[in-house]
Amino acid sequence: MKLLVCISHVPDTTSKINFTEGDTKFDTNGVQYVINPHDEYCLTRAIWFKEKQGATISVVTVGTQIVEPTLRKALAIGADDAIRVDAEPTDAFYVAKQIAEVVKQGAFDVVLAGRESIDYNGGMVPGFLAASLGYNFVNACIAIEIEGQNVTATREIDGGSEILTTVLPLVIGGQKGLVEEKDLRIPNMRGIMMARQKPLKVVLPIDIKPNSTTVSFEKPPVKSACKLVSPDNIDELINLLHTEAKVI
Amino acid sequence: MSVLVFAETSEGIYKKIAFEATSYGAKVAEMLQTNLVALSINATDANQLSTYGASKILNVKNEKLNSFNAKAFADVVCQAAKSEAADVVIIDSSSNGLYLAPLVAYNLNAGLASNVVSIPVTTAPFVLKRKAFSNKAFCFTTLTTSVRVIGLAKNAYGIFENKVVATIADFTPTLSDADFGISSKEVIKTSGKVSIADADIVVSAGRGLKGPENWGMIEDLAQVLGAATACSKPVADLDWRDHAEHVGQTGKQVAANLYIAIGISGAIQHLAGINSSKVKVVINTDPEAPFFKAADYGIVGDAFEVVPKLVEKLKVFKQNNA
Ligand SMILES: Cc1cc2nc3c(=O)[nH]c(=O)nc-3n(C[C@H](O)[C@H](O)[C@H](O)COP(=O)(O)OP(=O)(O)OC[C@H]3O[C@@H](n4cnc5c(N)ncnc54)[C@H](O)[C@@H]3O)c2cc1C
Ligand SMILES: Nc1ncnc2c1ncn2[C@@H]1O[C@H](COP(=O)(O)O)[C@@H](O)[C@H]1O
Repeated sequence: MKLLVCISHVPDTTSKINFTEGDTKFDTNGVQYVINPHDEYCLTRAIWFKEKQGATISVVTVGTQIVEPTLRKALAIGADDAIRVDAEPTDAFYVAKQIAEVVKQGAFDVVLAGRESIDYNGGMVPGFLAASLGYNFVNACIAIEIEGQNVTATREIDGGSEILTTVLPLVIGGQKGLVEEKDLRIPNMRGIMMARQKPLKVVLPIDIKPNSTTVSFEKPPVKSACKLVSPDNIDELINLLHTEAKVI
Repeated sequence: MSVLVFAETSEGIYKKIAFEATSYGAKVAEMLQTNLVALSINATDANQLSTYGASKILNVKNEKLNSFNAKAFADVVCQAAKSEAADVVIIDSSSNGLYLAPLVAYNLNAGLASNVVSIPVTTAPFVLKRKAFSNKAFCFTTLTTSVRVIGLAKNAYGIFENKVVATIADFTPTLSDADFGISSKEVIKTSGKVSIADADIVVSAGRGLKGPENWGMIEDLAQVLGAATACSKPVADLDWRDHAEHVGQTGKQVAANLYIAIGISGAIQHLAGINSSKVKVVINTDPEAPFFKAADYGIVGDAFEVVPKLVEKLKVFKQNNA
């Protein structure tokens, strides 16, 4: 089984979000980058398949050189090798087409991507990828088992979950649940040392036109101050919610 | 040229978001000076959509489509979009909508904007305002394709009545075995409660509650308000509550009308999941808790005293306003 885990390089969850150049560029000043949290779940699940079922794991990121520390981290966590498609990740369509090419070249039969990147929150790459490759696709995947060609996967639905069966080849949009949070792998010293020796291949992008452009950004309006109500005056809260906020 | 909206049903009944997506579609169609066509699958009362501005309703009746199947549904939407020469397709952000939208967009060679929060800013170029950076910002995205798919964020537009006379047409898509590469074995519903996705009001509690045995008052509060229950991440990690209740950047997104946070400090990762809720109330003993900066209304007080009182007062309020 050849697994490919798609790694999105995103600002850490605590990052302050600011923009520069007249709100047209994301301000990377002081921002720490991490592996997209959903992708971490995918990667740890992939390592489980490697340890229990002898799969091999490659990781891929579409990005310029600045993403390499993130890919090295994925190698330190346990991927066997890494591929960087040397291009700006212009939009989800562009990224998905680049990854689809990597999948074809490497004949991967399972592609694990995250449900969404926490920066642009697109939630599109996994679906585009599956459609482009003609692979089966499970989104919001919270559990997966693979036996030979047969797959049992669970997806989160509104108000519950749904168990699905399908066959390889497969793309998932994965998230928390694929493994328990306490089981998430973090790099240890040995992993970090080994990661330096592992191959990180840089490939050229294929020629694809993106189908969207992000023009500018806007921060949410500054919130007005919180209205405090005394704990001895709960009627006041109910009144405000009823007559002012009109939500009850 | 037309605008097509996918109006989602569940066991034949339109979901509330189907009416929101249709209301939104009617507005987009008006902007483009064209008509709104709605597509539904196995709806029992398709004409309901005319109330929200759909002048043509394509109703697919097919037993194979009784349960959701992303690829098959995407294929149906694409065929309808082609037969109606739709240049804008609108899909909601339910778990099914999010699954479907990229498949539809790809097959129509269309650009997709997800998490869209308002009507197009301009239609030429086609610019959409969408949520990004886990609700910490918005971005404006131009779709450069001739067909565009809009993923409408939950509770972002509202439901507006706009009664028109609609023609209802049967629509018979061509389905193949390839559409059914995935089969559903079992649907597991979180028992009988309001789901976070569908709820207008969400009552959420955090580590300030000290232990799972104290959730009775949270359930009571949710019940009197007809609300869903939710929790912070550590609460789910400690197994005090089910993981399906975990809200935040790495959990569920809540776009409710009212979010009540009890004993939750308001960490940035938690707020990222609830920022799109309209009105936020916090109950916390610590006046310095960051949640007070994000909330509209707050009570500095002990949940164990405030919540039971709130439940009793709300019961009276509900009786008087029934
Ligand atoms: C990568 C990453 C992702 C994360 N994702 C999420 C996420 O998706 N969702 C999430 O929630 N968190 C997430 N977190 C965790 C987050 O940083 C916080 O640790 C968490 O939200 C805190 O939960 P809490 O507010 O329940 O607990 P605490 O921070 O311990 O707060 C408890 C609060 O209860 C108050 N309190 C105590 N007693 C009472 C009382 N009797 N009455 C009223 N109030 C009382 C306290 O004053 C305090 O403010 C993430 C963290 C990381 C690093
Ligand atoms: N530039 C990228 N390189 C590699 N994988 C990516 C990239 N962008 C997104 N992905 C993958 O696609 C998932 C969903 O991303 P998105 O569609 O951008 O929300 C992420 O969790 C990653 O697994």
